[in-house]
Amino acid sequence: MTAKILTHAVSRPPTPRVAWRRINPTIVIFLVLLAAICWISPLYRTAPGLMSLLQRASPVIILSAGQTFVLVTGGFDLSVGSLITLVVVACALITGGDGSLTWIALLAAYGIGLTVGLINGAIVAWGKVPSIITTLGMLLSVKGVAMLWSGGAPEGYLPVNLRYFGRYVWRHVPLIQRLPVAVVVLVGSLAVLVWLFHFTNFGRLLLMIGDNPRAAELSGVPVRRQRMLAFVISALAAVTAGILLGGFSGVSVDVGTGYELEATSAAVIGGVVLLGGEGSMTGAIFGGLTLYALFTLLNLIGFPEPLRVAVQGLILVAAAALTARRSGTRQ
Amino acid sequence: MKRKTAWRLGVSGAALMVATTLTATAWAQTATSDSTAMAKEFAYEKALMSAKPIGPADKPWLQSLSSATVDTAKYKKAPPYRVCFSNASVSNPWRVVGWKVMQAEAELHKSEIASLSYADAQDKDDKQISDIRAFVTGGKCDVLIVSPHTSDALTPVVEEACKVLPVITFDRSVNTTCPVTAVRTIGGYAYGIAGATYVVDHMPKGGKLLELRTAPGIDVFETRDDAAAKIFTDAGIKPIGVEYTGADNAKTKAVVSDYLSRFGKIDAVWVDFGAMSVAVAEAFEDAGQDYPIITGEDQEDYLQKWKQEGFKGIAPTYPAYQWRTALIAALDVLQGKPVYGPNWILPQPIITSANLDQYVNAKMPPLHYAACGCEGMPGYPERWGGKP
Amino acid sequence: MSGITLSTRRFRPQGLLPAALIVGAALTYAVVSLATAQSAQLSWAGIAGLLQRMVALGITACGQTLVLLVGSIDLSVANLISVSAVIAAHVMNGRPDAIALGIAAAIAIGVIVGLANGLIVSKLKVSPLIATLGIGLVLQGVLSAAYDDLPGSVPASFRVLAYGHVLGIPLALLLLAAVVALAGFVLSRTVIGFRLYGVGGDARTARLAGIRTDRFVIGAHIAASVTAAVSGLYLASWLGAGTPWVGRDGGYDLDSVAVVVIGGTLLSGGRGGVAGTIAGVFVFATIDAVFNMLQIDPFLGQILRGLIVISSVAAYTFRGKAHVA
Repeated sequence: MTAKILTHAVSRPPTPRVAWRRINPTIVIFLVLLAAICWISPLYRTAPGLMSLLQRASPVIILSAGQTFVLVTGGFDLSVGSLITLVVVACALITGGDGSLTWIALLAAYGIGLTVGLINGAIVAWGKVPSIITTLGMLLSVKGVAMLWSGGAPEGYLPVNLRYFGRYVWRHVPLIQRLPVAVVVLVGSLAVLVWLFHFTNFGRLLLMIGDNPRAAELSGVPVRRQRMLAFVISALAAVTAGILLGGFSGVSVDVGTGYELEATSAAVIGGVVLLGGEGSMTGAIFGGLTLYALFTLLNLIGFPEPLRVAVQGLILVAAAALTARRSGTRQ
Repeated sequence: MKRKTAWRLGVSGAALMVATTLTATAWAQTATSDSTAMAKEFAYEKALMSAKPIGPADKPWLQSLSSATVDTAKYKKAPPYRVCFSNASVSNPWRVVGWKVMQAEAELHKSEIASLSYADAQDKDDKQISDIRAFVTGGKCDVLIVSPHTSDALTPVVEEACKVLPVITFDRSVNTTCPVTAVRTIGGYAYGIAGATYVVDHMPKGGKLLELRTAPGIDVFETRDDAAAKIFTDAGIKPIGVEYTGADNAKTKAVVSDYLSRFGKIDAVWVDFGAMSVAVAEAFEDAGQDYPIITGEDQEDYLQKWKQEGFKGIAPTYPAYQWRTALIAALDVLQGKPVYGPNWILPQPIITSANLDQYVNAKMPPLHYAACGCEGMPGYPERWGGKP
Repeated sequence: MSGITLSTRRFRPQGLLPAALIVGAALTYAVVSLATAQSAQLSWAGIAGLLQRMVALGITACGQTLVLLVGSIDLSVANLISVSAVIAAHVMNGRPDAIALGIAAAIAIGVIVGLANGLIVSKLKVSPLIATLGIGLVLQGVLSAAYDDLPGSVPASFRVLAYGHVLGIPLALLLLAAVVALAGFVLSRTVIGFRLYGVGGDARTARLAGIRTDRFVIGAHIAASVTAAVSGLYLASWLGAGTPWVGRDGGYDLDSVAVVVIGGTLLSGGRGGVAGTIAGVFVFATIDAVFNMLQIDPFLGQILRGLIVISSVAAYTFRGKAHVA
């Protein structure tokens, strides 16, 4: 009850704004990039081409949507990249290529994610260690566990039915011809995440905590529990992304490397405000799409590889500056 | 008003920085590498590829392509020996396989080795220098094995160490002749030559070639690519693209898929690092296309895929058995036996469809390296994650 | 007004934390070297070797301390270290007469990058984490586009910086000591330092007190970038060449943040100091040395390193009342 009243108070006061200004600019940027991609490559003008783009972008989108739960509370989750690696390695070790063990491996993967999320959350919420330090520590430790467990080189392939989620494409689907399973997983995951974020009190309270944890606590919000759950959601999203990535590309020991920063970048490009208090799932999703579309475009036009990183950096700064200008707060 | 000023300030700051960096770029690119040195090394490695190695044919890790030896009488000591090993890292599967090979080799010499002390530099030059210094000041080493992370960076500290104890380098070497011997294989040019020559010989006339690279600026990959690029140019083949993938499977698949969509068909894919070969093959599977020529390396996942699918492949190797050789050389030095040097040049087998069966082993894990020389070592195959 | 709010922060002692960290780490080092019968590691050469492990990270961390104190953060330092080392080696290219020019070039790049970071953070109001991450990516991209192999080497006379000794003390340690002393002096004995704490502790109050907070944020960023550039110069001297991956592989970005926080400086700014930072750096150096002596499996070492980072911060944060994110 109290929470409900307060959520109302946090929402921004209605400011007189031109309608087009309310559209998240990331959507516009994404559409421009997409148009450029279609212009260059005929493949992406077809439904199967777009579906394959979406298939490849799924892990980043899911990650950045999950990461947003932590970001809006003012935290960070740097451990997701290592968690992806651990998930892929664990699935390979548990199944050893045996498809009958896939379900056990999937359960174990989500169990691992739950554990990592709970540890992250508990250390931040109750240990009061800043999340950037906590998850940096976990980045090292989780990768270490993956390496120690596998002895540095996993002893098996991922079975075909586990790779199904990330790799398989249904053919002869009406309208779109091809439907990658990963896209179905993406839509399903996003449905859950969007519902949690925008349509439950849990999600609304997260924004409140990010805005002002003290005020949230005084109004009876279980700040610590909420914060911990945010890390759990981020970790579970990372497990899902890991299963898709492993499925798409197979076993390797650095499959997740760098995804923590990519996910954060995607969210920021989508207008999620670091240090909390502002953000939307639409932003996170289109941020992920934009980032992936950008990579694809640079790849298509044959932009010199080393400078692609530089472009990514410039876009990151520009997007954050734009968000700061739009919202008038520090982004 | 104030906000506008702020924007201008920020924009001009950023512009200044971009300008500076661009100038730096232009300026740096004027410095080109010495092409005559490259031509010389290319010819040298090419010649070595057909040279006959000295030593037992069934034990390539004891063979050498250079007959020169170094007298080590002055290092002779009574066993047991305290061996110290400064490793660049175990951050990739090849290094993991190699480190296990070295540990297994140490078990074979239990009576002579008192201890094998290990320091892992986690890919940090800075740390590796300190690690080596700590070994030297600790005074608990009879011989030092170094697998340098960066040749130039490790040179001074290796020179320091040489004054106190015998040093053996392997994998990369250092820019000084003070180590007793530098264990190496023929080199990156030979690797590049083998794969590229196969592509030139087997690709249909006018076929489309895609080159996949790991990352720019890493010596091993640069030499591999230099050699391959030369072979392709000489054969009049211009690749449809050269792409960096960071050896990341997902990125490799994405890049290859994009090229397939752009060019419709690709006839050969050359890689500078075999870890990405299977991802290349999968990209063709997912596109519903026939496999092209795919070059690889002795990583098991590629060998198994190659055997199973029967596409046209070739695997030049960078043999992990050099990790054995390094330890053997260290022990030989302490026993006063002459060792091959100042360079102990190991043969660098090339796996072709003719000898594939010798190397492929379905019981070994996907990220195992077949040219480990580890069959018959203590703990094989379980130590390397294989099934008995 | 400013007197009351700000003076409470002035000379805030960092308490016993730095001393406790140093004593704890030193004792661990001593006990482990004795227990593993490596008493040579307790000789002056051994200890100097241990301390030299601190130099590159320590110099960078001093700058990072200033940035964190004003409530910002700098993740571009790792790539800047690479840029500085590479530029220095390129400019010097083995010529002793170009040493001064090489040093000047590296420092100049540091100033420019710091200025850019500071302006983006303070004027464009971009989150410092994103701003410096982005700038770091730009540096990395430009660097790898510009250099695809090692760009020349430093002259032998420049190597003295890392390998030379004065009165038996490695010159590199004196360099680190000088940077620490300078940062410590500025923070605890000057008006600038006094206001810096004010800006980080409560920017609003500081602004009301007439302090131009933006200038302090920009200044701190310039200081951080210059220390990163100095660290790059030291590494160029230590490695003899500028390797384009030295900063990234060294992990100096997140490591420098970690040691500063371990040393008791608040991520939110306003409290802390270089004494704690140096203690944190010492802890990291000791971890490396002790793991070597104990022959800890490298993968296990990675797990332990992560746990040590978390637990050494948790050791003093868990009693706090306020929420952290």
